[in-house]
Parts: sequence; structure tokens; C-alpha cells
Amino acid sequence: MAISDPQLADEQPNPLTEGLERFPVPPTSLVIFGASGDLSRRKLLPAVYNLAHEGSLPERFNLIGVSRREQSDDGFRQAARESIEQFSRRTPDPQVLDGLLGRLRYVSVPFDDTAAYTRLGETLRGLDEEAGQPLNRAYYLSTAPEFFGVITEQLKEANLHKDPHADVRVVIEKPFGTDLASARALQEVVSSVFRERQVFRIDHYLGKETVQNMMAFRFANFMFEPVWNRNYIDSIQITAAEDLGIGSRAGYYDRAGALRDLVQNHMMQLLTFVCMEPPGSFEADKVRDEKVKVLQAISPPTPEDVARDTVRAQYGAGVAGGEEVPGYLEESDVPSDSTTETYAALRLEVHNWRWAGVPIVLRTGKRLARKVTEIAVSLKPVPHLAFQGEGSVGVQPNQLVLAIQPNEGVSISLGAKIPGARMRIRPVNMEFNYGTTFLSQSPEAYERLITDAMRGEATLFTRNDEVDAQWSIIDPILKAWHTDAAEAPPLHTYRAGSAGPEQADTLLGEGRRWRGL
Amino acid sequence: MSQDVWEARDTTPSQIEAALRELLVRAYSTDDAIVAARVLNVVVIVDAEFKGEVENRLERVGRYHPSRLILCSVRPGRERLDARASMVADGGAMQGSLAVARERVEIEIGPQHLRTLDTIVDPLLVSDLATVVWAPHGHREGVDALQRLAQVVLIDSHDEPDLEVALCRAHDLAEDSYVVDLAWLRSTPWRERVAAAFDPPMLRPHLREISGLTVRHRSDSEAAAMLFCGWLASRLGWRAERLTSRGDEIAGRLRTRRGEVRVRLEPSAELRSPGLGGVTLDMASGAMMSLDRGPGGLQAVRRGRKGPEQRWTVLGASRGEGGILGEGVRQALLRDPTYRPALDAARAMVR
Repeated sequence: MAISDPQLADEQPNPLTEGLERFPVPPTSLVIFGASGDLSRRKLLPAVYNLAHEGSLPERFNLIGVSRREQSDDGFRQAARESIEQFSRRTPDPQVLDGLLGRLRYVSVPFDDTAAYTRLGETLRGLDEEAGQPLNRAYYLSTAPEFFGVITEQLKEANLHKDPHADVRVVIEKPFGTDLASARALQEVVSSVFRERQVFRIDHYLGKETVQNMMAFRFANFMFEPVWNRNYIDSIQITAAEDLGIGSRAGYYDRAGALRDLVQNHMMQLLTFVCMEPPGSFEADKVRDEKVKVLQAISPPTPEDVARDTVRAQYGAGVAGGEEVPGYLEESDVPSDSTTETYAALRLEVHNWRWAGVPIVLRTGKRLARKVTEIAVSLKPVPHLAFQGEGSVGVQPNQLVLAIQPNEGVSISLGAKIPGARMRIRPVNMEFNYGTTFLSQSPEAYERLITDAMRGEATLFTRNDEVDAQWSIIDPILKAWHTDAAEAPPLHTYRAGSAGPEQADTLLGEGRRWRGL
Repeated sequence: MSQDVWEARDTTPSQIEAALRELLVRAYSTDDAIVAARVLNVVVIVDAEFKGEVENRLERVGRYHPSRLILCSVRPGRERLDARASMVADGGAMQGSLAVARERVEIEIGPQHLRTLDTIVDPLLVSDLATVVWAPHGHREGVDALQRLAQVVLIDSHDEPDLEVALCRAHDLAEDSYVVDLAWLRSTPWRERVAAAFDPPMLRPHLREISGLTVRHRSDSEAAAMLFCGWLASRLGWRAERLTSRGDEIAGRLRTRRGEVRVRLEPSAELRSPGLGGVTLDMASGAMMSLDRGPGGLQAVRRGRKGPEQRWTVLGASRGEGGILGEGVRQALLRDPTYRPALDAARAMVR
């Protein structure tokens, strides 16, 4: 065997990583702000444990929990142990769990207290010294959104926002702003402290395998691209329905509403994946450039557009899962005069060569008939149906459904001949289901996203101009819905456990209807 | 979980195939929320005497169950085929989601059937799915017969006592099929960790400075250790040359572009599970890094040229032997471009 020239030039890729399924993650100290909060307990700490279990954490890794609560390291470790044992997708291995908990530290930080950030800096430097090298830093902001700006500024004040010897990144949870003005104000703070390449805005939908598969589905299969345009596609429906009510989240939900909670972020992101042009490569910015072009091709709605193309509603009492359930206004901690929408539906149009004239309708709601998130792409009917006279019933245009949750997969409806002497047609489904077609279990979205953030891989995170464009579309709707003026569109009511308000049917246009939930 | 079973003595492949179709139709007619899993055909050839042991291993593969499992049980003296086909659907339907149905066929065959096993198995494979063959008790004749049907052969070089024979067999199979070697998969966490250790750009140049490689392994896991050496040699451009046995150890020197690397494979009787127990990389500068099995992960030690020694644990849970087989089944759908070069380098080191 000849001695080959090893690919060891510094700028060359690491020759040892080829063929490995897992990418190496650089040594990192992960700092979770809001470490005692619900998201941290239910999602982040269990995700970190699962990464540890699979050997996917960096070889040198520390986690610093930060919140306002006074607590010792051991107190935080005990709380983390309980969270992991309760919420991890797999039963923890005692030795791995102990090993991980040994890497946990806790720093109590009133978020506006400069001195506390000095303590955080000392802790981080101590961990660097212990490792004998400067570790990358990833600040994960999972606090209430009003603290995102404060924490960002304080990190700069304490000079923790950069390090000449290591990469410093900030991961910002949703919501990034509550309207266009607040999002821009927050962005101004963030960009005064961090460069865009350091900022990772989380939308956990993007960590789902089925969402990522939309790109594979569109751009790895030649058969779809020729029909993926206004000439063949009649309409697109994006649905994110939940069967549950607001539970104990009244405090958050009544301020947010369905439009902010799901449409502005998750559903707009789904729309971009369906409508984007093929990127030149799957580098983060190439993908995000194409996504933002879609958003920028949607005109911000005028007040007239809002009145015509949007529907908002609140659930009333009804029956869900065989049980009577209260209406939104009867839920605990919801003000009795609340006008917060629990259902939102809107019709949008992407004004570009590919999509002009194709209605794209989005709907989301609480307490609907079923939990389902999906995208349904309806093709135009065939120009002439020769079989009609034979007694074909229910012949429908082809529909392609990208199921995101709880079922994960793709189905295509086709017309097929019913066995028998006559040429009768009825629709049948051709299905691809993740659970039956792949052996691997999909990792939790947060596991993928935390790893990507530590690696500096930004493809699955939302860039500033995407957030801005999303808010530019949603902000006029929010303003119109929440104006006190008499011309504010009506807030309809729908029965809990139903498919939503019937007024939403008008958004689809003549001859179209919502897919059944 | 529901199960439907068909059994027959002195049967034929076409009767078994018809029974499988009938089981599927019956499943759909009783529950329209059933979907047949369609990922992999796995054909397993076993000694009838040890069939239970292999079945237990397959039970432990967790979620990596094949879609259609065809278990060929070889019983000396058997002249006819007996078969049992079953379809098992996991939960799901009752909870409002889809139930995934998996098919399993057991065929009792005689040794004389091995030579023409492809003619028995062919009608039973789901078309267009990847087919994997695994023969944990040898049965080379059967594996060779099935190679025209199978895209993947699952082997465990650990099972072959002679290292050179094991690596040559893997090489021969790899000429016609994609080989998934469980011995190679046992080295995966070590390869990942060594790759990660040198991944920071400032440490990458140190790969050129490696002057010593020691691989500690369970006494019977020379194949995994040699494949790990072959991997480093092939990835880093070391010239793979024959190593020599010194007592229980295998050792030698490999030439690199700038010098040479001392290589040593050290067996350990203390390791409980098969595979590697530790790896040490020495640098020409005097620096070193090592990884060894330990509680909750790998115990890492790094020493700079002059600096103090550092110790820590790289977290990770052991997959166990059940996990290795499951990983092998999963890998059948992937392609690792580094295995063949590593195998070729490993062969060059033992020949």
C-alpha cells in the first residue's frame, strides 16, 4: 500500500470524520438561562441527557444553569435529575446520568444584575482552566421573552459575548418579539452585541425530521418538481390543529393567541419549505436566502385584505374525546372578557412566477377535533374525465399530503379503477410512513438543534431577515384584529371538538374545502 | 400486539409465499389501520440446535426489527421443508395510530438445501427491499448461494478464531456485496471519539505527529482492534505492512510520510464484553492521548508535550451486544465508504 498524501492541511476537512454518522461537536460550555423553567425541565435537560447517552456531546462539556432563583449546584443537579428521569425519552443509565450531573453548575443571576454576570464569567473561566483550553460558549436564552434583550446587553457588559480563542454563540427561544416593532427592537439589541453568525433563533419545528424531509422530498425526487408550480397546483393548505385546550398556559396564551403562538413562526416556516426555490447547496445561508425570498414575495395584508382573507375565533364549550369541556373564557385564569383568538385562519399568496394565483391557506387552533399538523398540496383536476359516464364517484384531483405530526410521512391520492366490468374510478392513497420505512427512531427536535447550535450549523435556525419578513406579514393582521375600532374583524366562536368556525370556509374560494381533520 | 400464524409440514416456497399474502390480506380485512413494515428483508441461517439463542439475540435488537425475517434453520438429516409464517402487529391501532406489521418465516431445511438456498428464499423476499443475509453459525455454502439475492451480508469477524481467515472472508464477501461487520461496528465509538479529539482546527495538525498507536482489546476481539488500526492507517495515509505476533500481542511499525508509527495490539482478559478496551495515541513531541472503557463512558487522558496530564470522562452509554446487532441491521441501509479501505489495510497488516 502506497503512502498517500494525507489530507492534513489545516484548512482541509478532518480526514477521520468521513463515514461517521455523527459530526464531532467542539468542546463547549452550554449556559441555559431560565434553567429552572418549564422548557428547560421538560425539553432541554432531557435532550442534553439523551445526547450524553448516545455519546453525542462534545468530549469536553459543561452545563451551567442560570436563573434568578437562589440555588446551590447540588440543588440544581437534584432538580435536573428529577426532570431527566421524568421527561427523558429513554430510561437514564445511572452512570451516564451521574456523569452528566457532575458537569452541571448553577449560577443565580438576576437578569439585570451586572455583578451576577461577573460571577458567571468567573465560573466559565474556571471551567476553561479545568479543561486546559478555552471552551466554546453557547448561551441558551429560554427565559421569558422580555429578558432576551436584557440578558444580551448584560453579556456584553460583562464582556462574555466574545472570546478571542473560542466561538461564542447565543441561542434565542421563540417568540422573537411580539410584533414587528418589538422584534426589530430586540434585533437591534442582539445585533449590537453579536454578529448574525453567532445568533441561533430556535423554531423547534425545524428540528423535526419530517420538516427537514420536505426538502429531501422536493429536491431529491425529479417527479415532483415539474408539477410544483401554478400550472399544476390548485391550492395549498397548511394545518396545525390541536385537540387540547390551553391547559395551564393561560398566562402566556392569553397574551399571545394563535397567530403569534403558531402562525408567525412554525407555520410560516412550513410555508417557506413548500414554496422555496431549490437552493444551490444546503449551506445554511443558501437555504435561508431561498426561504426569505418566499416570505418577501408575500405582500403584507392591507386592512381590506385582513377583513377578507383572515378569520379569528375562540372555542366555546363542547365535547372533546367524549367529555364535555369548557369554552376558552371559562378556562381558569382566562379573563372573562378576553378577545384572544384560539383559532386563526388566513389566506396568503406568494407573488412570484412560480406561485402567482395559488391560494395558500393556513389554519391553526386549540380544541379542534384532532391533533394534526400537515401540508396538503392539491393539484388541478384533469382537463377531461372520460370515465364520468361509467358511474365513477368521488373522483378528485390528486392531493399530496405531507404529514408532520402525529403521523409522519407522505401520502398521494390517485384515481384507481374499482375492480369489476365497468371503468369506474375512485381515489386511493399511496402512502409513505416514517414508522414503517425507516428503522431509526427520530431524535427529539431539541437534541438535533442543541447539537447544531454547538457546532455552529445554522441551517435549521431562523435568520434575522426571515423573522423580520414573517412579522411584516403577521403584524398588519395583529393590528387589525386588536384594534378597538368598530371595523375590527369579528371574533367568531366555534364548538370545542369541532373542525373550527364555518366562516373559515370562505377563505378557500369557490369549489374548494378544508381537508377533514 | 396481535399475531396470526400459518404452519405446514413438507411444504414448498410457493405455498409459504401464498400463506404470507393470505396473512396480509387477513390482517387488512380485520384492521384497516395496519401497515406492513417495508424496510428490509433479513435472511438468517442458523443451526437448528442453536436457533433459540439467535432468536433471543434478534429479540433484543429493539426497534431495528427487519420487516420480513426469514429464519432458515438447518437440521441434519432433514429432507423436506417445514415452515411457519406469522405476522405480528405492534400496538398502535387501538391507540388511534397505525399498527406496524412485521412478517416472520421459519423454514426447517437440511444441509443439502444450503447449496440451492436461493431457490427456496427467492420467492419469499419482498421485492424492491434491500435483503440482508446473516449466518452466525458459518454455513458459508448458504451465504454464497444467497449472494445473488442479497445486497448486504452481515458478518461478525469476531466469530472467526483465525484473524487472517476472518479478514479474508470479509474481503471476499465485499467483492460482491456490501458487508456490515459487527467487529467494525464495535470500533465505532472509538473512531468517533478519536475523530472528535482531533477535530478542532488547532489540533488537526497533530495527526501528522502520531508516532505510536496502542489498541487494547478483549482477547477474542483482535478483528475489531485490527480494523481500527486499518482505519487510522487508511485515513491518515500510513503504509500498511505486516505486523508480527509477540506472545499474545501483535506489534510492528508502519511507515508514514514523515517517519513511522509503532503499533501494538494488546489483549486483555479483564474485559467483559467484546470489542476494544482502550486506545492510546503517542505523539512525536511526547504528548499523548488515551481513551479507556469506564463507568458512564470513556475515560480520557491527555498529556501535552510538557503540560500536566488531564483526565475526564467522555459520556456515553454502552450499546451492549443486543445494541450491536441492532446497529448492524440499521447499517444495512447505509454505506460507510471507510470500511473497505480499513479492511484492506487491516488485511495487509496480518498477511
